[in-house]
Amino acid sequence: MPVRRSIVGIGSPHELEEALRAAYYLADEGLSTAAYLALALGKPLLLEGAPGVGKTEAAKAIGGVLGRKLLRLQCYEGIDAAAALYEWNFPRQMLALRQENTDGDPVDIYHDEFLIERPMLACLRHPEETVLLIDEIDRSDHEFEAFLLEFLSDFQISIPERGAIRAHERPVVILTSNRTRELHEALRRRCVYHWIEYPSPEREMRIIMMRASGVGERAARAVVAAVGRLRREPLAKHPGIAEAVEWAQAATLLNEQGARWPEAFRRSLGVVLKDEDDFVYVAPKIETILAEAGA
Amino acid sequence: MMDTTGPLAHFLSFTALLRRAAFAVAPEQSIAWLAAIELLGPQEMGDIRRAARATLAPPPERLAEFDTLFDRHFLGTFGAMETGPSEDERLRAADDSSVGPEPIFGDDTHESGDKATAAERLAARRFAAGDDREALRHFARALPARAPRRRGYRWRGARGGSSSDVRRMFRDAMRNAGEFVRLRRRKRRSRQRRIVLVVDVSGSMKERTQAHLAFAHVLARGAERAEIFTIGTRLTRITRALRLRHREQALATASRLVGDWDGGTRIGEALGAFLAIPRFCALARGAALVVLSDGLEWGDPSAMGEAMARFSRIAWRSVWLTPLAGDTRFEPRTAGLVAARPFLDELGDGGSLDSICARVLNLARERPA
Repeated sequence: MPVRRSIVGIGSPHELEEALRAAYYLADEGLSTAAYLALALGKPLLLEGAPGVGKTEAAKAIGGVLGRKLLRLQCYEGIDAAAALYEWNFPRQMLALRQENTDGDPVDIYHDEFLIERPMLACLRHPEETVLLIDEIDRSDHEFEAFLLEFLSDFQISIPERGAIRAHERPVVILTSNRTRELHEALRRRCVYHWIEYPSPEREMRIIMMRASGVGERAARAVVAAVGRLRREPLAKHPGIAEAVEWAQAATLLNEQGARWPEAFRRSLGVVLKDEDDFVYVAPKIETILAEAGA
Repeated sequence: MMDTTGPLAHFLSFTALLRRAAFAVAPEQSIAWLAAIELLGPQEMGDIRRAARATLAPPPERLAEFDTLFDRHFLGTFGAMETGPSEDERLRAADDSSVGPEPIFGDDTHESGDKATAAERLAARRFAAGDDREALRHFARALPARAPRRRGYRWRGARGGSSSDVRRMFRDAMRNAGEFVRLRRRKRRSRQRRIVLVVDVSGSMKERTQAHLAFAHVLARGAERAEIFTIGTRLTRITRALRLRHREQALATASRLVGDWDGGTRIGEALGAFLAIPRFCALARGAALVVLSDGLEWGDPSAMGEAMARFSRIAWRSVWLTPLAGDTRFEPRTAGLVAARPFLDELGDGGSLDSICARVLNLARERPA
């Protein structure tokens, strides 16, 4: 197994954590270790966690730290090779053939200029410049997962008209899943794995202070406590980190315009709860939740 | 040569320990873990633990168990241990594709000895009444058109398809001296979703077992992809037996495979065994899971809940049909069903063959919650 001890000057999980912080992403020790190991061992990084814990953000931040372009492949039910790998530019091929008929110059219609690169092919061809993010893989079909398996083990694909295309170095690939269904064991096995939890209150507070401008410490603390409480309620959609940041921001804004504190939180509740049933469920309790949170 | 004594052996014995506790650890993961430890230095125990979590990838719901094993192995602490399925439990499953030769087709099959007698007794027992037979006939006719389908990965040419079939148009154009004569369209091929039927054959379901198996036979024969299992105190796969054409013969062959007729019920454990066997588990992936059972559990009811929680993440839809739910105001009472309820897409009426047939035919109708 080829091991790269240091990638763009990052030689340990701790250094990666520092670099991620500079890219405005606060990673915990587990995540930075897993991400560092994935980079060093040349394996894909599989991030799982509830929606809104910052999986995609983590991928973006890692791309930023490495100074590489992020190629994002959003998975959906029915995604296929044409959307993920490559497609031939048929109209251009056709025009070139017509041209050939009139001019007489032979053209190779399977040349690069007729190939439309999709994220996975682009990543194979320029592994040193890109980070491939395969987002929400749990939404794709099982066949696509199996197809991905082949891609992730050899980093090679074959185009019938062109032959096999292989990455000349192992590309950085990050996969995310919301775990709406279980991924295949073989896929998990090929990856370095990390389950992202909701952050600890103290870390979430630091995230809010870093991400949201102008939010006071007291407001941030109250938001963290209230959001933590809401995550323990049986809601359809638990508030993620982005929601917590937005809530802190929205409440601060209302407060600046003259709303009193608990009132500002209550009026901006729509930023956190985006489901009518959840709203109705929480409404009678919100006073106590906010009071307990010290808002 | 690799040194298999000393510290390395200590690490490798941890992966062996994990496997014994039913964690899936592949050799490439062990290698990655060792490489990771070397890479990290390791400064402290935390490094080794984090490396193990990242490379050996324990599922999040078993993380605590994983950590306990880790502590016990490397720190020598003895925490309360939740053990994985024991050897005994893993054996609590039978697969008809691995038991002896192919069932013999044809009319001149002679069964001999007490096995046959037992089989006949079962086959003869209270067989489907007249209107049941009518329900099954209707089901067999309607199934091919109404079984749930999923979009396949491959394309096929189709008029009015969702995208244009440029490849085919090009090939046509070659034949017509480079002229595009017709616009071709294509669409995704659709395939039938596998239906996994789990039939409870325990004592409490005694009255209905025979009708349920008759239904299973029609399903196994009529669906492109269907898998039939029975559960009681153990799990048995009877798909192949039920593919036999004649119902009596199919049921007799199946009943010889099932060793736990009319016995106790350990649904949680049997479903757990289903999930613990990768071969079976793969059958449930993306499938429609239908359980015919009253949910009366002798074993630990929480095991049933856990098993259904996993099924809900693996299967496309999970439906539990219980004969107790004939009443519309039915609320699950048994501890097992209460534990499993949150993970089911539907808990419905399995009181008559009519309602079971209707339910399976309507699987494709509504979207999951």
